[in-house]
Amino acid sequence: MAEFRLPSNSRVQQGKTHKAPASAVNVRRFAVYRYDPDSGNNPRVDTYEVDLDQCGPMVLDALIKIKNEIDSTLTFRRSCREGICGSCAMNIDGGNTLACTQAIEDIGGDIKIYPLPHMPVIKDLVPDLTNFYAQYASIKPWLQTRTPAPPDSERLQSKDDQELIDSPSACILCACCSTSCPSYWWNSDRYLGPAALLASYRWLVDTRDEATGERLDELEDPFRLYRCHTIMNCTNACPKDLNPARAIGEIKQMIALRRL
Amino acid sequence: MARADRPLSPHVGIYRWQVANTLSILHRATGVFLSIGALVLAGWLISVASGYQAYARVNEWLMGPFGALLLLGWTFCFFYHLCNGVRHLGWDIGLGFEKERARRTGWLTVAVSVVLTLGFWVVAFGSQGS
Repeated sequence: MAEFRLPSNSRVQQGKTHKAPASAVNVRRFAVYRYDPDSGNNPRVDTYEVDLDQCGPMVLDALIKIKNEIDSTLTFRRSCREGICGSCAMNIDGGNTLACTQAIEDIGGDIKIYPLPHMPVIKDLVPDLTNFYAQYASIKPWLQTRTPAPPDSERLQSKDDQELIDSPSACILCACCSTSCPSYWWNSDRYLGPAALLASYRWLVDTRDEATGERLDELEDPFRLYRCHTIMNCTNACPKDLNPARAIGEIKQMIALRRL
Repeated sequence: MARADRPLSPHVGIYRWQVANTLSILHRATGVFLSIGALVLAGWLISVASGYQAYARVNEWLMGPFGALLLLGWTFCFFYHLCNGVRHLGWDIGLGFEKERARRTGWLTVAVSVVLTLGFWVVAFGSQGS
């Protein structure tokens, strides 16, 4: 059920402000969600003033600068800094995206940074993705076959066959889409969410996969698939410009059409 | 699984309102409001069956300022829910999932529902006067 109010241990309080040095000219304010599991205190929002003349162009550059120069306790995930690992997914300026590909200059006003929405927070901007990964595993993201493999070659695909899976295979499992979805917020215990469903779609349209029926059987459920109400937050959030909403729509069509 | 002592990150309170998600919740809200309207419609029909006096009382209330405002709301909800329902039918057959297209059909839905609502009231008022 939809629970709009945050639990009492999760309500966000006003935190500290770290002022920029007086010499800084081009200053932007970053309001960042902080939670320290060892303190026993509620989460808070700390404000950091950053001199953009001494900072790289992306939000991740600012976070790294804050951690290096202002407050080393700030905790966040990051790795590739070029939009391929999906580690630095977070809620920036009200939308989920990757900090490394989000330009600071594309945001007006103070830059508000929260962890991915409606997730258990381990520390600061680091959410617990255990359930998200378990859902991905549950759709069996590997090739399933019944027929024996050709003795002297791989299972071949045409160019057109490959193009079907090009886009859904580009998913980096950053969780921006699933955690942008209100249906996922209210029902993540039973609804698979856009990322896992896009992954499932990738195997459903793979011409080499021979478990299409079983895969659809698994998805045909009031919650696992049909909690999607085409809100489209997922597609609007995807930092790789993929379209989970369309993939889910096509899965619904596959289930409808196989009844004919 | 989620540990009970871990805080839950903020969600609906911090997420940006965009065309897509705003119109989606509006679809839900208009649906709820229309269900209430169906009860009022049933009450109005019961008053018709209960004789002239009951009918006159209900009619007077519905034609009063508050009743008329509700009726205006219900007509907009009806047309919005209808138009956005057509948009959903498009999605059901795989049409209109592109980001830009979904945004444009969203605005179109709002515009058409406003026009239909106003048109409906102009026609209804016009026929009442004659």
